[in-house]
Amino acid sequence: MQLPPALCARLAAGPGVAEPLPVERDPAAGAAPFRFVARPVRFPREHEFFEDGDVQRHLYLQDVLMQVADAPEKPRVPAFACQVAGCCQVFDALDDYEHHYHTLHGNVCSFCKRAFPSGHLLDAHILEWHDSLFQILSERQDMYQCLVEGCTEKFKTSRDRKDHLVRIHLYPVDFRFDKPKKNRSPASAEVPGDSGERSEGEAMEICSEPAAASPAPAGERRTYSHRIPSTICFGQGAARGFKSNKKTKQC
Amino acid sequence: MWSRRQGHLRPTVCGVEELRRRRREQEAALRKARREQQLVSKRLLREDAPEEAGEGCVAAILGEAEVQQFLRQAQRGTEEKEREGALVSLRRGLQHPETQQTFIQLEGSMRTLVGLLTSNQALLQLEAARCLHELSHSEQSTIAEACLPATSYLLTYLSGHSSDFIELCLYTLGNLIVESEAVRRQLLPQGIVPALAACIQSPHVAVLEALGYALSQLLQAKEAPEKIIPPASASSSILASTLPQHMLQMLQPGPKLNPGVAVEFAWCLHYIICSQVSNPLLIGHGALSTLGLLLLDLAGAVQRTEDAGLELLACPVLRCLSNLLTEAAVETVGGQMQLRDERVVAALFILLQFFFQKQPSLLPEGLWLLNNLTANSPSFCTSLLSLDLIEPLLQLLPVSNVVSVMVLTVLCNVAEKGPAYCQRLWPGPLLPTLLHTLAFSDTEVVGQSLELLHLLFLYQPEAVQVFLQQSGLQALERHQEEAQLQDRVYALRQTALQG
Repeated sequence: MQLPPALCARLAAGPGVAEPLPVERDPAAGAAPFRFVARPVRFPREHEFFEDGDVQRHLYLQDVLMQVADAPEKPRVPAFACQVAGCCQVFDALDDYEHHYHTLHGNVCSFCKRAFPSGHLLDAHILEWHDSLFQILSERQDMYQCLVEGCTEKFKTSRDRKDHLVRIHLYPVDFRFDKPKKNRSPASAEVPGDSGERSEGEAMEICSEPAAASPAPAGERRTYSHRIPSTICFGQGAARGFKSNKKTKQC
Repeated sequence: MWSRRQGHLRPTVCGVEELRRRRREQEAALRKARREQQLVSKRLLREDAPEEAGEGCVAAILGEAEVQQFLRQAQRGTEEKEREGALVSLRRGLQHPETQQTFIQLEGSMRTLVGLLTSNQALLQLEAARCLHELSHSEQSTIAEACLPATSYLLTYLSGHSSDFIELCLYTLGNLIVESEAVRRQLLPQGIVPALAACIQSPHVAVLEALGYALSQLLQAKEAPEKIIPPASASSSILASTLPQHMLQMLQPGPKLNPGVAVEFAWCLHYIICSQVSNPLLIGHGALSTLGLLLLDLAGAVQRTEDAGLELLACPVLRCLSNLLTEAAVETVGGQMQLRDERVVAALFILLQFFFQKQPSLLPEGLWLLNNLTANSPSFCTSLLSLDLIEPLLQLLPVSNVVSVMVLTVLCNVAEKGPAYCQRLWPGPLLPTLLHTLAFSDTEVVGQSLELLHLLFLYQPEAVQVFLQQSGLQALERHQEEAQLQDRVYALRQTALQG
């Protein structure tokens, strides 16, 4: 297919609108038996006209795997330690460090040192756990905000919010980032965990048990204990400070 | 993360013939699936070379005991290296459908995996996410749906900051989305649309491409036109969110345009537009001008490089433009049609030439846009004439019957505007070409040729004599028995004989 040489120049030149030639239609043009009418055409989603292009698109989706083998090896650097106070992790790849940093130090509550997956959840936590004004206000109005981004519902209690999360948003009943605030006793062995933190070596079963019980409709299980002040965390943040074995990630 | 280079197939054990055969099979399977409206494809992010020969790299199928052991080690191991290693072994095993089956049948396995996914050990999280990703890629519904308990967490992590992890979560979500309506009925109330709308502001190209993929899967869903796209579907609505504006931003030509990202969002836009839910809204956001500029950019790119991957972007852009041009809003927005620039026609022809050489199956789509541009626009019809594009158009006739019909239709668009236009169509190569197409056996091609002849005879009567001299009557009479053509053949014959 040969294009006129001036075409590329036209493309490169500035915008412009062609001055149209005069239009002059004869009624005989559309007279039977002739039926041509100039009209723009639209095709809906599933029209067979799209078959070829759609097949190309899906070949692309499926073929992408073929290109991954050329992905470069993760660049290694001389081992370095995480600079955050109290963290003894060592890394030899920047990607690993980035992920570690964002997971453990990125959205950290400055009051209780818990880490959260996002700023949104951290903000909710600080408000609900550490803001005394919040506590006062929540007695008079609905303050517990739904955790799903985009949902503006607010609730009187943390439990009401959980019900909403489960019923409306189909969240799991033991969603780890919505633990109700409670004072811990060592007997319950609950790992405080809006972030689902676990101290080392702690088995899953222990962790999930109280979580499953907490939304039980037959009254919330509140363990009010004054033996251990609530500011002491048994989560990873505190554990790192107490335990002496360094965790290193070596090449 | 994905290389944009097409055609750089890595060397495998099988030869080129084998690859071609596989590709043909793949294509046939996709066509069949599309005809049954079951076209579903998933993406797999995998860093290990799956077919690498050599000891220790070949993933073995894992039995129940092994799966259990790896899970236990990952969960309760004392050494972090040990825990990671266990998950890596599990992940490798999960490349096999048999292991996947074993895994989901094991009680508590998903629960454990989700626990690891939500732990604070960054590398455990990543490996757990990779295991989940392998499962999401399965073609079996039971296996993919077994991943459902993890979705609220995958969505939560989209507002995090670790780009590799987010990318993985997005591809996993994309695979799950396309699995079944049941999955989407969970993901939508869980807030996938607002989560994507927040995540689209990420500066990372890999994240954006993954997001585009996930979104395109969501928009391709059968129920999307009723339940996901319209503004009235409240919090799960795409059009009510900020996604359309961001999508258009990703398509703006310039130094920041990333082809891989643009491809995904162009397809997203296509699914929205061809659902015909609320296209005036998109036109209001400047979709026509953005896409028009992108078309110009594509034509420029096509001239510069040999990259065969550009048609992946060209195809959805052409579709979006063509469908948008059918909206009445096109004329009324600000009183000006947003697409008047003559360069669009030039760009389109450059792309048509590119398709002619590299991907002829896309010619109909390009010609569709040309039809929609010229149908109601004297200005664009004039451009076709003044830029000397009639002859190149005629050169496309031999490609296929579908292409022939469309070429003839575009020519009719020009001819029907009156004598001023027909005078520029003839004298010229048009008449001999029509005599040639009259010899085709395809009824539609011949029918369209008759329509064009009628217009030509009407507005350019001098052409009749030449037609007769070149055995035009005989060419016509060949079709006088054909039911669909008879009336028109007869009418033209009369005109020719009387003129």
